[in-house]
Amino acid sequence: MKPTLYAPGLALLLLAACGGGESRTLIQNKGSDTLVNVAQAWAEAYRQVDPTVVVAVSGGGSGTGISAMINGTVDIANCSRKMKPSEIEAAENNGVEPVEFVVGYDALAVYVHPDNPIESLTLEQLRRIYGKDGDIERWSQLGVKMPEGHDEIIRISRQNNSGTYAYFREAVLGGDGEYKLGSRDMHGSKDVVDLVGHTPGAIGYSGLAYATDEVKLVPIARKEGDPAVAPSVETASDGSYPIARPLFMYTAGEPTGKIKEYLDWVLGPEGQRILREKGYAPARAVVN
Amino acid sequence: MSPGASLPDERLAALDRRDRAWFVDLVFRILVLAGGLSGIVFIVGIFVFIFAQGAGFLLHRFDPAEFFGSIEWRPTSPEPKYGALALMAGTASVTGLAMLVAVPFSLGAAIYIAEFATGRTREFLKVLVELLAAIPSVVWGFIGLTIMNPLIIEAFDVPIGLCILNAGVILGLMAAPIMTTIAEDALKAVPDSYREAAEAMGATRWQVVRKVVLPAARKGIVAAVLLGVGRGFGETMAVLMASGHAIHLPTSPFDSVRALTATIAAELGETARGSEHYQALFTLGIFLFLVTFVINLTADLVLHGGRRKRKP
Repeated sequence: MKPTLYAPGLALLLLAACGGGESRTLIQNKGSDTLVNVAQAWAEAYRQVDPTVVVAVSGGGSGTGISAMINGTVDIANCSRKMKPSEIEAAENNGVEPVEFVVGYDALAVYVHPDNPIESLTLEQLRRIYGKDGDIERWSQLGVKMPEGHDEIIRISRQNNSGTYAYFREAVLGGDGEYKLGSRDMHGSKDVVDLVGHTPGAIGYSGLAYATDEVKLVPIARKEGDPAVAPSVETASDGSYPIARPLFMYTAGEPTGKIKEYLDWVLGPEGQRILREKGYAPARAVVN
Repeated sequence: MSPGASLPDERLAALDRRDRAWFVDLVFRILVLAGGLSGIVFIVGIFVFIFAQGAGFLLHRFDPAEFFGSIEWRPTSPEPKYGALALMAGTASVTGLAMLVAVPFSLGAAIYIAEFATGRTREFLKVLVELLAAIPSVVWGFIGLTIMNPLIIEAFDVPIGLCILNAGVILGLMAAPIMTTIAEDALKAVPDSYREAAEAMGATRWQVVRKVVLPAARKGIVAAVLLGVGRGFGETMAVLMASGHAIHLPTSPFDSVRALTATIAAELGETARGSEHYQALFTLGIFLFLVTFVINLTADLVLHGGRRKRKP
């Protein structure tokens, strides 16, 4: 128990200790696990653009990034959801004015085990699977015939501070919707993909960029009778995929100097090309 | 009382040993005392720290009926709920199963090492058992996630293998080394004269162990089991990975559960400092601390009481 309680504090201490670069500019960038891969790719590519700037990227989740930005230990927070009113208030109490940038869009993919014959799901069906009073517990209720012993729907979800968790609640369960208790709450999108890939009766969700060949992406229809749309960069860009979310970067106050240059580059053609390569939709192409 | 008191002054001066060795001795005595006291300082410091962090929740928001009676743990909902019953049940069920696994194994190992093994076999086994304790818990968790999960699905034909059974077996293996080591110490502490006396009466090796050594070492063995329970209760990473981390009141060993420790580990890092959720997690920490404290204290009292009785 002791290490558990102290580990985050220790990590922060380490972060703070590494924070004092002189000749080179060090930009601390932390937050959403959804964004961490592309943030790392940006950081690497940016070394070629401006060798005097080092961008240190770490994950931990949207909430972690935001609290670190509020506490002043990072310059840029990655976030896969909008800042909550309570967080904005906490920031203002700390004398920090958060500034928001939409850096891209992400299709939230829903997937099942590759052997699952399901062809599509509606948002309503998803709500009845994941939602608090939802009645769908078995694949047979969806008309899907599963192998013997795998009829139970194994719901895989995320820990309750994840931005992906919060966005899925908002988009699928409705603004004040609640999750049904009893889902397996994984710590990180990669764990969700791994577990769904190894569990025949499972269903899970994460950012599209995390999907691998080990899972089967399920096309989603807005409502019964609408065409089901498979998640992809294109369908997230043109707004036809129903669960696509904006991805944010937050800074404490209007960015200046090197941090502003970095954000401009991220939002420019080169940064957006890297974003697209990693499986996200560019911030500008989106119409909705 | 000392004879030096009646000696003349010059003799006293000659007896004064305040030389270099005397000072070194003094310095080291102070250092060792500081080391000993630091244990107390740390434990009090930790308690004050977690209590201070959780106090806001305990004083203003804590509702015992909800905390101990509801399974609704929804700290990030628009209307947060802090029912920890399912988390407690999760911790208790995983620890319970872990003990079912660990107690027979570690007692058997301790008896073999202490009573039957000799020479090299014995040294080898002791090192091996201690090596088992050196495996990091995240590695155990990984074994649970990637090896045990498919195995359990195959063997028992259940939909998912991240469950009480998985976490219990992993945790049992993790708790076994400390239990083996302490139980073995307890067995070794039984004087050889007991064994010799029993053997002289014509008892077989097993009869000696069962009728003489085990009863004499009973308290040490109970303490070993309790320390193993404490180890299981406080374990985090492996349980987080192997238990399935689902809020659910378990009804069978194949149910996924969520442990108190795992909840803190998964949520604390992403919680705004000082928020209600943050304080609620520290309240879970206080609860865990108290339970482990009581378990360890009981173990210590049992062990201590046993030694005191044996001395005369």
